[in-house]
Amino acid sequence: MKTLVLVPAYNEAARIGRVLAGIRAAVPGADVLVVDDGSADDTAGVARAAGARVVRLPFNLGAGVAAQTGYKLAVREGYACVAQLDADGQHEPADLPALVALIERGETDVAIGSRFLGATTTYRPGTLRRVGMALFGLLAWMLTGVRFSDVTSGFRAFGRDVVRFVATEWYPTDYADADVLITLRRAGFRLREVPVRMYPRAGGRSMHAGLRPVYYVFKMLLSVALAPVRREPAEQKRGLT
Amino acid sequence: MTQGLTLHQTAFALTTSLLIFLFILELVRRRRLREEYSWLWLLAAGAMVLLVVWFRLLMIITHLVGAVTPLNTLLLFAVLFLFAIAVHYSVIVSRLTSQVKNLAQELALVSARLEERER
Repeated sequence: MKTLVLVPAYNEAARIGRVLAGIRAAVPGADVLVVDDGSADDTAGVARAAGARVVRLPFNLGAGVAAQTGYKLAVREGYACVAQLDADGQHEPADLPALVALIERGETDVAIGSRFLGATTTYRPGTLRRVGMALFGLLAWMLTGVRFSDVTSGFRAFGRDVVRFVATEWYPTDYADADVLITLRRAGFRLREVPVRMYPRAGGRSMHAGLRPVYYVFKMLLSVALAPVRREPAEQKRGLT
Repeated sequence: MTQGLTLHQTAFALTTSLLIFLFILELVRRRRLREEYSWLWLLAAGAMVLLVVWFRLLMIITHLVGAVTPLNTLLLFAVLFLFAIAVHYSVIVSRLTSQVKNLAQELALVSARLEERER
């Protein structure tokens, strides 16, 4: 089964090398693709030197667009599974096989790495972020009937049909997390959480800096609220089968 | 004012609105403004001309929306028009954003494939 490990990256030259080495060690058989989201530093060069395939966006378009570029490539090249993790070292590559295995065994369509499921959680978010996560978790629960312990996780694996689905036009261009899970659930895909380790950032700039969290909350509330009344998901899925 | 426009007022209002109408047409003629984005402006300029030459219409509309003076009616529709233009542009910008996104992704994927082939 062909698996693609997708690493969207923006100005991560200092950290991505270690992440890629970790991926190599964890899933030696998988192809690794780095989507460089218009970085100003040598992210692409470092990634290539580490043996990854690199796709460079001509300018910075946001994490969601970078990830979707990877999904589009995966659809065209026929990958059966796409596993995605952050380039900044927050996600533990050694947890990849657990996510990929669920997809390979066909036990789920979407495997989400949750930092709160395992007993070994070392992640301690600040109060504000915890409140936000709880709020979106509650909303996701109300809208899908599924309890997610970690709705903002960017550590996940998609099966073939899900990849084809997220490669289409409705996929959000920024902050694609809680609303994506809700849309996928409503489109009829199976979702499963898997305990993973997450670490604090090793440096660099988080996408949640300055006033961005305010916009994040607004955007997520709006797209979560609209997810049930948007018509695309059902239609898209029907088109796939 | 409620009795109608003086000749002086009519002349000024008609000249102004005709100039605006012609200005928009000229932009389209010189291809500085695309036809599909000109219709809202032409509509507004046309409405201005119509209201000047047929002032009774403004009085009827004023009565219809329950405004006190024709000035209120004009102001109301001016604000509504600006609102419509702004939303119109937001929709266009959203469409352009997603087209630019798709082009950028396509460019990135195609050039990656080219590079890999040349290596």
